[in-house]
Amino acid sequence: MNLDSKIPEGPLKDKWTNHKNNIRLVNPANKRNIDVIVVGTGLAGGSAAATLAELGYNVKAFCYQDSPRRAHSIAAQGGINAAKNYQGDGDSIYRLFYDTVKGGDYRSREANVYRLAEVSANIIDQCVAQGVPFARDYGGLLDNRSFGGVLVSRTFYAKGQTGQQLLLGAYSAMNRQIAKGKIKMYNRHEMLDVVKIDGKARGIIARNLVSGEIERHSAHAVVVASGGYGNVFFLSTNAMGSNVTAAWKIHKNGAFFANPCYTQIHPTCIPVHGTQQSKLTLMSESLRNDGRIWVPKKLEDAKAVREGRLKPTDIKEEDRDYYLERRYPSFGNLVPRDVASRAAKERCDAGFGVVNNDTNEGVFLDFKSAIQRYGKEEAHIKGIKNASAEEITKLGEKVIESKYGNLFDMYQQITAENPYKTPMKIYPAVHYTMGGVWVDYNLMTTVPGLYAIGEANFSDHGANRLGASALMQGLADGYFVLPYTIGDYLADDIRTGAIPTDTPEFEQAEKEVRETLEKFVNNNGNHSVDYFHKKLGRIMWDKVGMARTAEGLKEAIKEIAELREEFWKDVRVPGSIDEMNQELEKAGRVADFLELGELFARDALEREESCGGHFREEYQSEEGEAERRDEQFAYVAAYEYTGKPSEAIMHKEELNFENVELKTRSYK
Amino acid sequence: MSTSKGMNLTLKIWRQKNANAKGQIETYQLSDVSPDSSFLEMLDMLNDKLINEGNSPVAFDHDCREGICGACSLHINGEPHGPGRRITTCQLHMRSFKDGDTIYIEPFRAKAFPVIKDLVVDRESFDRIQHAGGYVSVNTSGNTVDANAIPVDKESADKAFDAATCIGCGACVAACKNASASLFVAAKVSQYALLPQGQIEAKNRVLNMVKQAEEEGFGPCSNTGACEVECPKGISLENIARMNREFFSASLK
Ligand SMILES: Cc1cc2nc3c(=O)[nH]c(=O)nc-3n(C[C@H](O)[C@H](O)[C@H](O)COP(=O)(O)OP(=O)(O)OC[C@H]3O[C@@H](n4cnc5c(N)ncnc54)[C@H](O)[C@@H]3O)c2cc1C
Ligand code: SF4
Ligand code: FES
Repeated sequence: MNLDSKIPEGPLKDKWTNHKNNIRLVNPANKRNIDVIVVGTGLAGGSAAATLAELGYNVKAFCYQDSPRRAHSIAAQGGINAAKNYQGDGDSIYRLFYDTVKGGDYRSREANVYRLAEVSANIIDQCVAQGVPFARDYGGLLDNRSFGGVLVSRTFYAKGQTGQQLLLGAYSAMNRQIAKGKIKMYNRHEMLDVVKIDGKARGIIARNLVSGEIERHSAHAVVVASGGYGNVFFLSTNAMGSNVTAAWKIHKNGAFFANPCYTQIHPTCIPVHGTQQSKLTLMSESLRNDGRIWVPKKLEDAKAVREGRLKPTDIKEEDRDYYLERRYPSFGNLVPRDVASRAAKERCDAGFGVVNNDTNEGVFLDFKSAIQRYGKEEAHIKGIKNASAEEITKLGEKVIESKYGNLFDMYQQITAENPYKTPMKIYPAVHYTMGGVWVDYNLMTTVPGLYAIGEANFSDHGANRLGASALMQGLADGYFVLPYTIGDYLADDIRTGAIPTDTPEFEQAEKEVRETLEKFVNNNGNHSVDYFHKKLGRIMWDKVGMARTAEGLKEAIKEIAELREEFWKDVRVPGSIDEMNQELEKAGRVADFLELGELFARDALEREESCGGHFREEYQSEEGEAERRDEQFAYVAAYEYTGKPSEAIMHKEELNFENVELKTRSYK
Repeated sequence: MSTSKGMNLTLKIWRQKNANAKGQIETYQLSDVSPDSSFLEMLDMLNDKLINEGNSPVAFDHDCREGICGACSLHINGEPHGPGRRITTCQLHMRSFKDGDTIYIEPFRAKAFPVIKDLVVDRESFDRIQHAGGYVSVNTSGNTVDANAIPVDKESADKAFDAATCIGCGACVAACKNASASLFVAAKVSQYALLPQGQIEAKNRVLNMVKQAEEEGFGPCSNTGACEVECPKGISLENIARMNREFFSASLK
């Protein structure tokens, strides 16, 4: 099969406008006869569902939580980018485009990224009109902050709850359509398969998680907005229910899966505390605006800190290694995430880790300088002469509190340490997956009528995503891109009429879903689902995590396949399929992770270079910086399912860079 | 890894097979719980044990496990979200308990939150209140005015934000002797009442949302303030006062 990205002709900056002018539209009267299924109600799915309904389509939306408002987008903290240039610091659509392509280590599609930058400003207008309470300055105008990997302030935020506020905005837009009857909402429903008729996506099989009933739902097109698959690592910053099931099931039905190995390991998360741990918590990247990252310079100091014999605040300035400032003087603590994460790993591997856990993995994030700096500024503003050290600290802490108060509280809650008084301890954790379902410029997968948006697709971030760009992408896809591009496809369906569900295709799909579920509950094995999930996570983290080698990846592929076999033989799922059964839900998700993990490792093995979040130890410079190999690897790897995950057929979409020059990413 | 010794606990948990079944409290023993674990991790441990012993695990709602999605909803030792202040159940850590403690765990109780299974309740009544008016009627086409063309004074913006941080967990309802949803409704009404974008539909919004809450079976507000105490997001009673003002002025016309 030939991969056609359907990138429109013409100069970069005109592509989207021209494309919009040329695609077919469905007239409003006909939209009433067309049904669209949207799986997922996060920023991507929620915004798409609302907009499609406003346009006149009949939308059926699904989420596994008890309310669309609980999708994991709710947890995004730091902010959302937009090329508004409100700060007058030289930002522009081109600069946001350029930063994103560069930040993605030249592994994304220029045309998609440019479109994203182009619609970004609209997102902010839209959200403000909806009543999203972004942070404002004293003049009543919108405030901005800066994020890693860029030199301008273009991030809009609502304290540390930006995702929550944006999602509640999309949820409110959905509510308006639910009230009008244009969206039918299916809460506590999980999509377990897609149904194809004559090669086109025409519906899904979903399980009602309350009654256990297996349901058939038909539509003229299906949109998958099911989020990322970071939970393949077991421990991640994703929600407990975040999964790959919807994306994986469509992969098994013909949708290619792209760049599965591109994973973002976020540098600022709370370190692992123990074996009972179920998830990891992110401390927003915005903290790196004011926090300085360091470890002790002396091995014996690091050891003493771990053993509780030495307090970090007692380590003298000259005995601290601010390693990001040292290695990357121009970006310092604001280097992109992949760079910051690897640098932390490098220090901890060398023995300078400061946390007393299995692996001693953890570094300091210190706000002392910022507190002093802000304290002095405030004293000056308030006209306090000869402020005492104590007063300055107090004033500074106030400023820090107003900026990051909720994050500091969250940290204290989890660790029982006060980050105003002692530096935070942080360590990288799995956070986001750049890889995902392959889509063309219209966001359609390789299956006609089947779309993927938001984190579930692979589209815009290349090998590394910049902070505050996922929210932007989710809303761009859902509010401004998909609702237009889908019309081009649906224009052929105005006379099709409702899709019946009493057909052999639905029958067959439902039967297979039921059989798998029955298999789980009748298996009577010896171990719970979590037992296998944790084992998978361990393999992924050790061999397919922050640093990868050919040897380790080969082992991982083998070990995952073995673990999968063991899982199917020995998993124990209590209860039955026709009731609320949370273990059964987990079992289905882990079964899919066990397949995805294998493809993931295979992809990492194929990509013999280091780029963005993908670091192969064999490909690095003498100073330990990643080495890309553009000649051979400037392509998107899109996999076609054939049965065994690691034997999928790889299709290459070559990436052509006509508007930016490929450079070694340097943040020095 | 924690160096402190694990705790032994007695857990008294509400078990109910489904919405129609009769429920009862069951007693479980759990040992070697790390004080660094979260409350839900402690329940994970219990479930693992129950599964390994061939028993059915305890169903409970949860997802983000960082206090923002609003899914977790336990009544712990008689308090929604347990003994901590300004935190959700998932943010509660076992260091808040002592070795040897007995802990009672029940679902949120309210007529409008029927139990689905064990500790899981149905809170879709909250969604329906939002359908009744929790939005600004603006299309998502992007053809709106420039964001900075609508300045909002910082104080109002900050207050609107504070109200908007409600996570829809329902602890306010569970804490209230009347099972009133006033704090929840007031949070949404206030967010829009404080912003220029919300003005046009202000009257209908407050009337419709309050009416829907009544129809769902939430009780009246008697200004006791238990909701504010238990609210994990610190949503203030001020919002209820603002909602009442909005309601009266809307009812007058
Ligand atoms: C802790 C954290 C902080 C972050 N902070 C930022 C930030 O500051 N800025 C930024 O830009 N990005 C941030 N991100 C990334 C960003 O939040 C996500 O990438 C983005 O929100 C994903 O949105 P989505 O709509 O694609 O998916 P999600 O919001 O994850 O939604 C997925 C939806 O799919 C549904 N679903 C999944 N599977 C199924 C199924 N099988 N059947 C039915 N429904 C299903 C779920 O119920 C849910 O409704 C953060 C991420 C995390 C985890
Ligand atoms: S007002 Fe507070 S307690 Fe009530 S639903 Fe909102 S966050 Fe929960
Ligand atoms: S699990 Fe999300 S708030 Fe507790």
